[in-house]
Amino acid sequence: MQLLLVPALSPLFIGIVRRVKARLQNRVGARVTQPYRDILKLFRKDEVVSADASWIFSSAPYLIFAVSILLGASIPLLSAHLTATVLGDLLTVVYVIALSTFFLALAGMDTGNAFGGFGSSREMTVAALTEGGLIFSLLALAFTAHSSNLFVIAGAISSLSLLAFTPIILAFVAFVIALLAETGRFPFDNPATHLELTMIHEAMILEYSGKKLALMEWAAANKFMLFLALGANLFFPWGLAASASPPALILALGALVFKLLVFCVLVALLESSLAKFRFFRLPDLLFMSFILSLIALSLIV
Amino acid sequence: MFTAVSAQSSFFLALLFLGLGSLGSACLWKKDAAANWWGNLCAITASVFGLLSAIRVLLGGAAFSLAADSPLGALSFSFTVDKLSAFFIFVISLIALPASIYGLGYVKHYYGRYSPGVLGFFYNLFLAGLFLVVSADNALFFLTVWEIMSLASYFLVIFEHREPDNISAGTRYFIMTHAGTACIILAFLVLYRFTGSFEFDVIRENFAAVPAYAKNIVFLLTLAGFGTKAGIIPLHIWLPSAHPAAPTHVSALMSGVMIKTGIYMFIRILIDFSPGAPLWWGIAVLLIGAASSLFGVLYALTEHDIKKLLAYHSIENIGIILLGLGSALVFWAAGAESLAMLGLIAALFHTLNHAVFKALLFLGAGSVISQTRTRNMEEYGGLIRTMPYTAALFLTGSLAISALPPFNGFASEWLTFQSLFSGFGSFGRSVAGVFALSAGALAFTGGLAAACFVKAFGATFLARPRSVEAARSRESAPSMVLGMGVLALLTLVIGIFSGVVSRVLSVVVADRPGFSTVPVPVSVPAASLSLGSGFAAMSLPLVFVSLAAVSALVAFLTYLATAGRRVKIGRTWDCGTDLTPRMEITATGFSRSLISIFRGILKPSKQTTIEYRDADSRFFPQTRSVKLEIKDVYSAYFYRPVERLTMALAAQIKKIQCGNVNAYIVYLFAALIALLVWAVI
Repeated sequence: MQLLLVPALSPLFIGIVRRVKARLQNRVGARVTQPYRDILKLFRKDEVVSADASWIFSSAPYLIFAVSILLGASIPLLSAHLTATVLGDLLTVVYVIALSTFFLALAGMDTGNAFGGFGSSREMTVAALTEGGLIFSLLALAFTAHSSNLFVIAGAISSLSLLAFTPIILAFVAFVIALLAETGRFPFDNPATHLELTMIHEAMILEYSGKKLALMEWAAANKFMLFLALGANLFFPWGLAASASPPALILALGALVFKLLVFCVLVALLESSLAKFRFFRLPDLLFMSFILSLIALSLIV
Repeated sequence: MFTAVSAQSSFFLALLFLGLGSLGSACLWKKDAAANWWGNLCAITASVFGLLSAIRVLLGGAAFSLAADSPLGALSFSFTVDKLSAFFIFVISLIALPASIYGLGYVKHYYGRYSPGVLGFFYNLFLAGLFLVVSADNALFFLTVWEIMSLASYFLVIFEHREPDNISAGTRYFIMTHAGTACIILAFLVLYRFTGSFEFDVIRENFAAVPAYAKNIVFLLTLAGFGTKAGIIPLHIWLPSAHPAAPTHVSALMSGVMIKTGIYMFIRILIDFSPGAPLWWGIAVLLIGAASSLFGVLYALTEHDIKKLLAYHSIENIGIILLGLGSALVFWAAGAESLAMLGLIAALFHTLNHAVFKALLFLGAGSVISQTRTRNMEEYGGLIRTMPYTAALFLTGSLAISALPPFNGFASEWLTFQSLFSGFGSFGRSVAGVFALSAGALAFTGGLAAACFVKAFGATFLARPRSVEAARSRESAPSMVLGMGVLALLTLVIGIFSGVVSRVLSVVVADRPGFSTVPVPVSVPAASLSLGSGFAAMSLPLVFVSLAAVSALVAFLTYLATAGRRVKIGRTWDCGTDLTPRMEITATGFSRSLISIFRGILKPSKQTTIEYRDADSRFFPQTRSVKLEIKDVYSAYFYRPVERLTMALAAQIKKIQCGNVNAYIVYLFAALIALLVWAVI
């Protein structure tokens, strides 16, 4: 069921972020359902594929989309206890994300487009430096919970006293930095730009059109929601269902949507109040994320 | 037929075939094709027998040994194949088999230019040396076969002797490897001084009698001597020049297997001989491992010579193996045997994995080079269309070395991570800090390796060809594709069956003295791999199956939903200009941002030269060149000073070499008197 939940809801959150940002910029903004319409529209369109593209280019969207919805099933969304699976191992999740980044970057280089290559180079630079902070911020939780399974972590953190919670705040800050980097948000990347000097994610998918662009956009939305859900359910795992009964699950769904809404507003606020960083200042931020996680870890262990 | 042959006799049959291959190719040195077939077929047969022998010992067979005295006193031809040796023989044979199959096709392009007979002679000798190094049981015999291995590989490095670069690479290798061997000889002499024997068994029994300071000396000498062969930083400088110089299937063996003999001896001496090693040994190995892995991958990023890039990744992976080994040493010293076992399993597992995917990548690079005749990645591009099989197989290797699931690299890096994580809570702050740093280095290494292989694969196989040779390339010979295919299949199979492999490795480790009663730290419930402590569990079969199923489902549903849409083939968007391959991103450009970020370590330099048409009015440049370089800090701050010191000393010593016979007689006389005095006192 979780397999469908993420793709069903993810465009909504993208829409919400855009809407809130528009309001903060004194615009009315598009409806929050606009991303759904965009995806539908793209699925109805014909496709143009570059003559230079190989099978990497044409198969990458399927793999990337598959990874994004599979991860939806490998992290705790509604309940910590019932759907626990061995796929929810911390390192497995991080490296499966890396697998999709790998193919995304290859797809960006495939057509021989100059933008795509630069996008890939930037993406891999950021991704390589994010990995440390991402693994270690989650690891701080894993040591609190004595398990690196994300479901177990969610269960353990929810029963934590407030005092023991302090180092987790540090890990959370580190995680948020990694989140912004991985999902291509300010100050790392501007999701709304097509300016060649700055774009990262958009540069890689520049050559895509039609159904494959739809899959790529949708996968990016899924990834955004995944990271928000990780942040919400691992660091603030309240409101998770304790049983599989439908009412409990519906309640948990409500709690999840509420938490994600709060996160979306926060991301939108952050994006509106922050300028995009110069590319070579990003590593400082990413190393900071790693060091914050290390401090959190040393407080916990 | 094969089942009837015992482990022992298959081992000797393997050696016999290597001997035949070596001598036969030498005899056939005038007939290129015959020598190629003979040399490689013998090597193939030998590796099959090696595999048989190793598997039998690994799966419950008893260790076997043979000792033959020689007239040369302490030197005896004795060797023992226990489970640890068998594991390394397994790895050697596993790589030698596809490498030799590949060689059948690859060596063809030497016909008429270089002699395949000579190649076959040294190739088989090199393999025999490898086999014997991991089974020798006597220090002197070990040193003999170690030297055979080193010299054979030296001649393989300079095989293409008409390239001046190869000769200098070979010389560098020759000097470094012998400096390393000197340390090894010293280490064995120190051991002999205190245990009274060169036999490994006796050394092991009497090791407790060695005083602590001597143990530390042995440790440092081992680290320097075998570390040189393994390619740890800063003793690595021979590796990136020597490995690319050798013929490709030999590079695969050198990178995949030969440097592992250093790891093998680390385990032999540091774990096998010396129970109760001091804590700082493990810490030192951890730090060296962390530095080697991180620096190795950073230097790899700076390379655009495809084989050098792969060679630097060998340093990185040796670092990862040392992270596993170092954590094992720390746990071993602290009495946490079960965790030590975990570290050793991780180290051995990564040894196997690195051998497989590095050999695959080298063979892939070799087939690209044999078509394009250059090692410069900037002249590749678009090869995925002309060499589809090579591209797919190289991609598999790239995924495996970047530790992406479900391939084998992920399994061993996962175990290494877990082994490092286990060290966080167990000890004092400073030791935990070392573990945390090492795990951090490993995390960044993984990400950087992925970046490096996006660059390597993208620049080589994707986009449009950047040279005429790349555009004209054809798929390689079937035997070369077969050799790579076997290895590519292995990366996936070992990954999916990582649980089974780690069980077998736990048996190998349990065979070590002191580990026999230790509870096994990994368990394999329901196709997954989980730690005994319950901290973590993962399942690569599940990842593989679910990824494949969901991808297929997504593709199928998309196909259904968009059945009526057309797909138009168009040109890549070119901003209205004429898009040429020169506008694609290059390998150098791809990694430039990472190099700038790590400029503190890499010390990049940029030199711009402009020549003007008119020297007075500097408006119209005639030529403009940019030279990007990475400073070789090891040569500048370590090897050059050592070289200068050596030369200065030599110049001083030269003074007593005056050429006057009378003076020499005085020296003799003085030496005699001194000896007499010493003997009396």
